[in-house]
Amino acid sequence: MRENKKWLMLVLMMFCVLMISACSSEGGNVDGEKAQEIKVRINDDPDFLDPHLATASISYQMILNMFEGLFAPETDGSLSPAIAESYELSEDGLTYTFNIRDNVKFHNGNTVKVEDITYTFDRLMGTKNGDPLSSNFNNVASIEAPDTDTFVIKLKEPNSNFLYSLTALQSAIIPASNEGKHNDNPIGTGPFKFVKYSPGANLELAKHEDYWDEKLPYLDKVTFVFQSDDQSALMALKAKEVDLTGVPANRLAEVENDFNIRKQNNNSTLVVTFNQEREPFKDVRVRQAINYAINKGDIIDAVFSGYATPIGSNMSPAMGDYYKDGLQDVYARNIEKAKELLAEAGYPDGFSTKISVSSHNDMYSNIAQVIVENLREIGIKVEIEVVEWGIWLERIYFGRDYDMTTIDLTGRPSAYEILNDYISTNDSENFFRFKNAEFDKIMADVLKEADRDKQIQMYQRAQEILNEDSASVYIADYQVLWASDKEIEGLKSYPFWFHDMSEVRFTE
Amino acid sequence: MKTLMSHGKNINLIVGLLILSAFLLLMLLSFFYTPHDINAMNVANKLRGPSSEYWFGTDEFGRDIFSRIMKGTQTAFFVGALTVSIGVVFGTLIGGIAGYVGGWVDEVFMRIMDSFMAFPGIILALMLVAVFGPGIVNTSIALGLMAIPSIARIARSGFIQHKEFEYVMAAKLIGVKPFKIMFRHILPNVSSPLIVAASISFAVAMLAEAALSYLGLGVQPPDPSWGRMLKDSQAYLTSSPWYTYAPGISITLMVLGFYMLSNAIRDIMDPRSN
Repeated sequence: MRENKKWLMLVLMMFCVLMISACSSEGGNVDGEKAQEIKVRINDDPDFLDPHLATASISYQMILNMFEGLFAPETDGSLSPAIAESYELSEDGLTYTFNIRDNVKFHNGNTVKVEDITYTFDRLMGTKNGDPLSSNFNNVASIEAPDTDTFVIKLKEPNSNFLYSLTALQSAIIPASNEGKHNDNPIGTGPFKFVKYSPGANLELAKHEDYWDEKLPYLDKVTFVFQSDDQSALMALKAKEVDLTGVPANRLAEVENDFNIRKQNNNSTLVVTFNQEREPFKDVRVRQAINYAINKGDIIDAVFSGYATPIGSNMSPAMGDYYKDGLQDVYARNIEKAKELLAEAGYPDGFSTKISVSSHNDMYSNIAQVIVENLREIGIKVEIEVVEWGIWLERIYFGRDYDMTTIDLTGRPSAYEILNDYISTNDSENFFRFKNAEFDKIMADVLKEADRDKQIQMYQRAQEILNEDSASVYIADYQVLWASDKEIEGLKSYPFWFHDMSEVRFTE
Repeated sequence: MKTLMSHGKNINLIVGLLILSAFLLLMLLSFFYTPHDINAMNVANKLRGPSSEYWFGTDEFGRDIFSRIMKGTQTAFFVGALTVSIGVVFGTLIGGIAGYVGGWVDEVFMRIMDSFMAFPGIILALMLVAVFGPGIVNTSIALGLMAIPSIARIARSGFIQHKEFEYVMAAKLIGVKPFKIMFRHILPNVSSPLIVAASISFAVAMLAEAALSYLGLGVQPPDPSWGRMLKDSQAYLTSSPWYTYAPGISITLMVLGFYMLSNAIRDIMDPRSN
């Protein structure tokens, strides 16, 4: 009897092995259809598929392929018309009148009606149920739909940045008929439609046949494969199980020769910052001294293997015209100067402090180690405290209970939204506790300024202030490196996290 | 009673002692001297291969790997020693009292130990570190708690056996206090399996510390720890393999040394072996 069981087990096991090998050979035999399908590796699952609920940048990376707003963000930080074909702004800067594009269809085949747009904004603003999903529309006085082609938004105060809140990032247009199912079976107007989401495994999208831009998309199918481990991802790339993946800079050498490598500025800002409500960081001289003491080049070389662009303020060159060049050289490393400044501030022998970093990415504790060494040279003793991401958010970002920290601030498509973190009254985001009257005034004035060139001047001045006042030590915008099969083309780089698949195609 | 000399041919003993004394020397030396400052960075020199100046090469910050391995020996021994002290002191106390007193005390103590044992060790340590925060002392305490149950069991069985012996009866009859009987009379007689257990937990503790540090929960940067070095080096495995070899081989050798030593001690102390 016992012997029999053993045999049974053995047969079962062999059967399993056969099954597995049968499956894998099936999976490997897809060369013929490859021209229409792409598999993209993503680090993690999306938090929500409902575009109004999602908060993680990793979610938008994928779901923006399914959704569109009235406007679409462009790769250079500007906006282009999407569901709104054109718009007019009234003289007083308060009333926006949008002309809705004809023949925009949802994935379910229905044409986008002005009712759907009204529904979208009602949902975001919580007009019906008193429970707003977004705070971006607090400045909206009213929305109206005077006829089937026109949609009107009236603001309480002029805001030159308002159009940026009308992209799929903040107000994806979704159909009223899908109420209650936006997360389980999301429907939008984007170039790809939802097929299937398997938690922990992948998200499958397929071509939207009725997409309003008839040329697009080229691909029939897009699969986002979730894989958090870089090693496994690179192995999957080599085995052709994924077609496109991000590569950590230190592993670039492994794939450089066999794959198509793209370097992309991330438009994020890596800062080493201080709690400016606390001594001794209240004193601008202390902050400047630390700025002079930190060796950005070392951090870029050691942590990013050189693949990062040094910056001098809270703006990356990825933001095009808005970026103020030259600031990255202001605090060239100068130990003598740093010591002088510290002495002037009353700390000739330095002081002791603590840098609290999150453990979710090794990058942060690695940066902290360089900081400890750099600051030791001017007499500042720094202790490293590694905390979990949740605790970091709770205690450091929201609780402001810290001396020093380092964090990568994710990029956004609008210069205003990047810089507004430093407004002294922006309590929810200004975790630096930075306070500068001129900065506050510029940021208030820029919203009333309609002229783009003048806006640019103001944003550039704002960047200068952050640099002069040493609001943080601005280290770098690190580059994201992509490795893909050689024959992929049409991958676009945005100033925020978005894997735009609409123009991607295989060139064979 | 056999002497150490008569075990001259015991391979375990010789190799084990050789490995451990080499590490011990390295550790003692590292208090006074390392070839390079362990934290001094020189990014221009990063990820250099082994050379006469940098024996084991340099890491991604251009720090000398050999110096950090030396300093890491301190971490390994510190964690091992603290863990074993906690494990042996509390394990013997709990096991001894349970075994000697017996009855419901035995039941209560040993059931508590069982519940500890039912927890996978590394998960228990992870939990404690998550609650009390990472760091070398917390790690050691967590690992020490993990070591208590197995030592308590060994101590208990020894005490149960010995409390029936005549010398214990005699001591009881002439009115020696129970505590004194337990730790002056019985303990020396049951110590050999405890010593073996202790040397094994030393090795286990080092391995567990490496594992916790590898997960980022043990020793915190910039203090060097072999486990953490292993983790950091992983990203450079294909481009700079020597960076991985150094901590990997150190951990292996050290653990091997302790296992060999504990095997040798068991052979020497076990009355049944020849």
